[in-house]
Amino acid sequence: MLLNTLLLALREIRRNLLRSFLTILGIVIGVSAVITMVTLGNGATLAVQQQIAALGTNLLMIMPGQRLGPGRSSAGAPTFKEADVEAIRQQIGGVHVVAPQLMSSVTLVASGRNWSSTINGTSNEYFISNNWKLVFGRQFEEAEERAGSAVCVIGETVRRELFGAASAVDVLGQPLRVRNFSCEIIGVLLSKGQSGMGSDQDNMVVMPLRTVQRRVSGSQRVDVLLVSLQDGSDSERVKASLTHLMRERRKLSDTDEDNFNILDTRQFADAMAGTTQVMTMLLGAVAGVSLLVGGIGIMNIMLVSVTERTREIGIRLAIGALEREVLLQFLIEAVALAALGGLIGIALATLASLALSAVMQVPYVFDAGINVLSFVFSAAIGVVFGYFPARRAARLDPIEALRHE
Amino acid sequence: MSGTPGEAVPLIRLRGLTKVYGQGQAAFQALRGVDLDIEAGEFVAIMGPSGSGKSTVMNTLGCLDTPTGGEYLFHGLHVERLGRDQRALLRRRYLGFVFQGFNLLARTSAQENVELPLLYRGEPAAARHRAARAALASVGLAGWEHHTPAELSGGQQQRVAIARAIVTAPEVLLADEPTGNLDTQRSHEIMELLWRLNDERGITVLMVTHEPDMARYARRIVHFVDGRIDSDTRNPEPAALADHAAEAR
Ligand SMILES: Nc1ncnc2c1ncn2[C@@H]1O[C@H](COP(=O)(O)OP(=O)(O)OP(=O)(O)O)[C@@H](O)[C@H]1O
Ligand SMILES: [Mg+2]
Repeated sequence: MLLNTLLLALREIRRNLLRSFLTILGIVIGVSAVITMVTLGNGATLAVQQQIAALGTNLLMIMPGQRLGPGRSSAGAPTFKEADVEAIRQQIGGVHVVAPQLMSSVTLVASGRNWSSTINGTSNEYFISNNWKLVFGRQFEEAEERAGSAVCVIGETVRRELFGAASAVDVLGQPLRVRNFSCEIIGVLLSKGQSGMGSDQDNMVVMPLRTVQRRVSGSQRVDVLLVSLQDGSDSERVKASLTHLMRERRKLSDTDEDNFNILDTRQFADAMAGTTQVMTMLLGAVAGVSLLVGGIGIMNIMLVSVTERTREIGIRLAIGALEREVLLQFLIEAVALAALGGLIGIALATLASLALSAVMQVPYVFDAGINVLSFVFSAAIGVVFGYFPARRAARLDPIEALRHE
Repeated sequence: MSGTPGEAVPLIRLRGLTKVYGQGQAAFQALRGVDLDIEAGEFVAIMGPSGSGKSTVMNTLGCLDTPTGGEYLFHGLHVERLGRDQRALLRRRYLGFVFQGFNLLARTSAQENVELPLLYRGEPAAARHRAARAALASVGLAGWEHHTPAELSGGQQQRVAIARAIVTAPEVLLADEPTGNLDTQRSHEIMELLWRLNDERGITVLMVTHEPDMARYARRIVHFVDGRIDSDTRNPEPAALADHAAEAR
């Protein structure tokens, strides 16, 4: 009986192909919107996680100034010194490498072209702490670091903007003008692309710390200390001992507040990923509402269909259909329509997600859960919104229905 | 079981049947106490002026409608006490319907239309196909199985409707003005068909008609006036018998 009813329902759907299509359009759009949103959101979350992993796993950044908040500022807080790097390296356990960082915005000139970029004065440890690989060339030599020689490693964007077609090998040994001095390019970094926040990580020139201190900033200061942790070391504990050490070195009394703060990129990554996840859920929920509206569309058309087919229902009742058989037929029709809409929606969503993730440059992550959930939900919508019209059909008086024109 | 001992219970027995449509001021009494016995194998024509309650009594006999008062016994069973689904099961098992307006499912082939009652009975597909084809053949529509109602003439549509009514081998065939939408030639063909079903298969036929010509095929003619039976007469020589007698001569 169930199979027969299903066949009847499918025949009915086929008999009114255009109307059936219009009926399920809402469901199709709803399902594909939900799945596309969630799939893209998942892709974005993954992208953020990947980018932050590329930044260096478990990296602590020590910055001058109090933790940002109302009534607080970093202005006037003392910066760091090169000696801090050595102190951390020697006194704190669980640390992999420590790198200083001194940043400065500059205009670069090479082969007759200008380009605005950032200079990053640091040490070879920086390549380790922040996960940078070289495509060509070499890192700094110890003597170069000590002497503050005019050598630099450039990012991919700088290479492209200044040297264009010249390959990475060809730019090695070329001069690069920074303000009033010229430095030799000794290496090119492997591209990392955009950061999680959308800035171009490859637009950067890396130089030995002392070179930047002497020739660009003209001071002994260090802006940021990058502390990369060993695998499996407890970042909370390292943070605590770093705080202790830095307070000591900066001669803070017990009542003074910290005049530096330690940023944990892992926490930062989790927060970022959390934000995209919340966004995903929000977008998914909005799309879910459109799915609900699709369900109301089904109810609407099914009600029209019951009125339109009153005579047919009368015939069925007259030749011996039971109330529940008519109910079941209309219900199955609604569910079959909704489920069909769900399937088409899934197919559409797959295409849309593939296309959009390519355009938005986020990875395509197939999520079986949301596909199954959307399908089940659309079928459930068929049951809920199909029930009322179906009951109305089943309760018709056969004589009245037969007389209906 | 009702009926006095010793007396055989007729297939259909109506006792004091009344039907009131509407309520209060608008109430209208369509049946005013109908007593009627119909034996298995009869061919009864119901006649009478418009509005005399013919369709109302047919709908009640067909278990499509419930009377306001009185009794309807089918095989001794009190139909007026049955619920909707029980009456549907009775229709499905014992009754076949033919309507004035044919009432076939549109855009559905003759074959599928005829199979419909069997579908609700839960017959397997193979048996359904076979029975439907046989029923269509018995109304002279072999080869027309795949035509939809729109592709059939009125007479053919009515024959499909008859095939649908008899495909379940019902005991009673109820026809409300089955020739009302047909020309004289087609009407006689349909009446011949009904007469044969009654004569050869022993199906009890109850038919409403306005036309005395068509009523002549019946063995018994019941006349309704104003919701009551006005006359109930035997037809000693049904039309088809006369024709056969003429042929034999
Ligand atoms: N659903 C209804 N509601 C109200 N009145 C009704 C209803 N059905 C029938 N009637 C009335 O009951 C009376 C009997 O109707 P019925 O259909 O039985 O007549 P009939 O003998 O079949 O007439 P006709 O030859 O025109 O078909 C009519 O006066 C009709 O108006
Ligand atoms: Mg009538």
